[in-house]
Amino acid sequence: MLGLSKKDAGLLAIVAFLCIFAPFLLNPFPEGSAMAQFNAGYPDLMQRLVIFGIFAIGFNILFGLTGYLSFGHAAFLGVGSYAAIWMMKLLTMNVVPAIFVSVLVAGLFSLLVGWISLRRSGIYFSILTLAFAQMSYALAYSVLTPITGGETGLQPKYTDPRILDGALPAGQSPRANLFGLDMKATTELRLGDWVFTFNAGYYIAAATMLLAFYLSIRIFRSPLGMMLRAVKSNQQRMNYTGLNSKPYTLAAFVISGMYAGLAGGLLVAMDTQVGAERMFWTASGEVVLMTILGGAGTLIGPVLGAGFIKYMENIVSKINETVLEQWFAFLPDGLSDAMVAIVYPFVGKGWHLTLGLLFMMVVIFLPGGLVEGGQRIGRLFRSKKSEPETPDGKTTPAE
Amino acid sequence: MGILEVKNVGKRFGGLQALGNVNLSIAENSVHAIIGPNGAGKSTLLNVLVGKLIPDTGSVMFDGQSVLGRKPYEINQMGISRVFQTPEIFGDLSVQENMMIPCFAKRDGAFAMNGYGSITSQQDMIDKAEEMLVNMKLADKRHMHAAAMSRGDKRRLEIAMCLAQDPRLLLLDEPTAGMARADTNNTIDLLKQIKEERDITIAIIEHDMHVVFSLAERITVLAQGTPLVEDTPDKIKGHPKVREAYLGESQDAA
Repeated sequence: MLGLSKKDAGLLAIVAFLCIFAPFLLNPFPEGSAMAQFNAGYPDLMQRLVIFGIFAIGFNILFGLTGYLSFGHAAFLGVGSYAAIWMMKLLTMNVVPAIFVSVLVAGLFSLLVGWISLRRSGIYFSILTLAFAQMSYALAYSVLTPITGGETGLQPKYTDPRILDGALPAGQSPRANLFGLDMKATTELRLGDWVFTFNAGYYIAAATMLLAFYLSIRIFRSPLGMMLRAVKSNQQRMNYTGLNSKPYTLAAFVISGMYAGLAGGLLVAMDTQVGAERMFWTASGEVVLMTILGGAGTLIGPVLGAGFIKYMENIVSKINETVLEQWFAFLPDGLSDAMVAIVYPFVGKGWHLTLGLLFMMVVIFLPGGLVEGGQRIGRLFRSKKSEPETPDGKTTPAE
Repeated sequence: MGILEVKNVGKRFGGLQALGNVNLSIAENSVHAIIGPNGAGKSTLLNVLVGKLIPDTGSVMFDGQSVLGRKPYEINQMGISRVFQTPEIFGDLSVQENMMIPCFAKRDGAFAMNGYGSITSQQDMIDKAEEMLVNMKLADKRHMHAAAMSRGDKRRLEIAMCLAQDPRLLLLDEPTAGMARADTNNTIDLLKQIKEERDITIAIIEHDMHVVFSLAERITVLAQGTPLVEDTPDKIKGHPKVREAYLGESQDAA
């Protein structure tokens, strides 16, 4: 199906299912219940889940396949965002040109950065990309203020030229749309106590992510994908097999830069504003975490990792002291206070601590990330069914 | 004119003259061994031939074209394949993929942007890889992780990968170093079989005299960065200068 093997098509179908039914799956708790704050089915978060999924899928094409660890991919996300917002200021509030140009500009910028950074490998490559990203961040904040808006960032304004759109009626603010369909258009479905939100922007972002995921499967299974894994495995053998490893790594770098640009463009399409902090090095580090947490070099890992981290960032960080007191109210007074005191550092503003601990545990016990965890659980079930292990030592790299 | 002509090649590392004034001609379709004691400059010479090092003086011509200043992948595309002392394979990939990569390199050149079509649709490449695997008795291991194979199988795979490109010159850098006697003999038989089956020139750098005298048609003895003598194995065995410079240290090896 679609030029994919049965297994890959199945994987794509699972991701498609998750995307389509995310408003239900992420809202399992009835409105107003004590667990309702674990609901993640609101548009803003769902959009972020899939957009950062795109970012991580692209990053994985570089890091997962070639092993080149870039610490500057947020720069491409940021550049894509700026390109998109300028399209919205100058051309039209329709998101299509904005997203298209964001991919293009991020691709060109990553070509430049990659061409220079890929002269080195290993830690030196990482440092070069980090330097480029921090330079971009610093420039956006200072010298390039006329283009980037500096500290205040950029937003479409009523007074922008927008040559393709007609003049806005007085007092109306420009809204991002897809040929007239407002990104913020939302329908709510009430079923008893449950409320499910369906948002146009989310479904557009989700459809884009499915396309991005599909293309990444194609790349993984193509001769290019095999060559990129060869780069990671043994560059020496590659060069002595008549293959020039540099254009291969550069291609991976530019493709992943374009994915980052796409994510940046989509962020603008959903929430029409940009700030330079989007390019800060912690944002570059976050996508590394997402990819490794989910499983670098696997197809679905980065999507899981991105979802996991964005969920924690938005949900765990919202648990405050009052909420904890409610949870432990059933315990005797002293014990309840003690439990709150113990758990408190790990939630709310301390969510980074939880993330850090989880990340450490994954790296130590599950070097293959969440995907490896899933595979181990799967194997556990299979061996219970007493299915004999295939003894041919068959391995499937880049699953 | 040989297929490989090395003329007046010199290479100096700081105070060390690694290669003095090397002249070497390797005849087409021959098996030519380069031997010499440790530090004789064998590895330096090999690295010059494959483009890893650029010599200070002299020229290296392969089939009438200079190889100097070309990158390793360009020299490989000219028709020179190299087998390393410790097998260099793609350890993280399956044996079948290892075999397909040189097939792609042969067909598509140094770089091809084929990121959309599936590998499984490249039937001709799969067939070619399979043919090589069967020929080299590796077919039953095709789905194995290459890194999980035995040392002997890795060596066999590496040679197979080089042959898949139909090179005109195969360079082997101590192909039996660290091998057990049985594996060494297998490698000798394999190389003999390759020589019988195809038109190929083999240049071999080796410490093991058993390997050298089993395979070579011509032998060049290097000592202190210069060729001491070049002749047939029989003549080399009895050559007084060689005995003095090289075999004298290890009479039993001859």
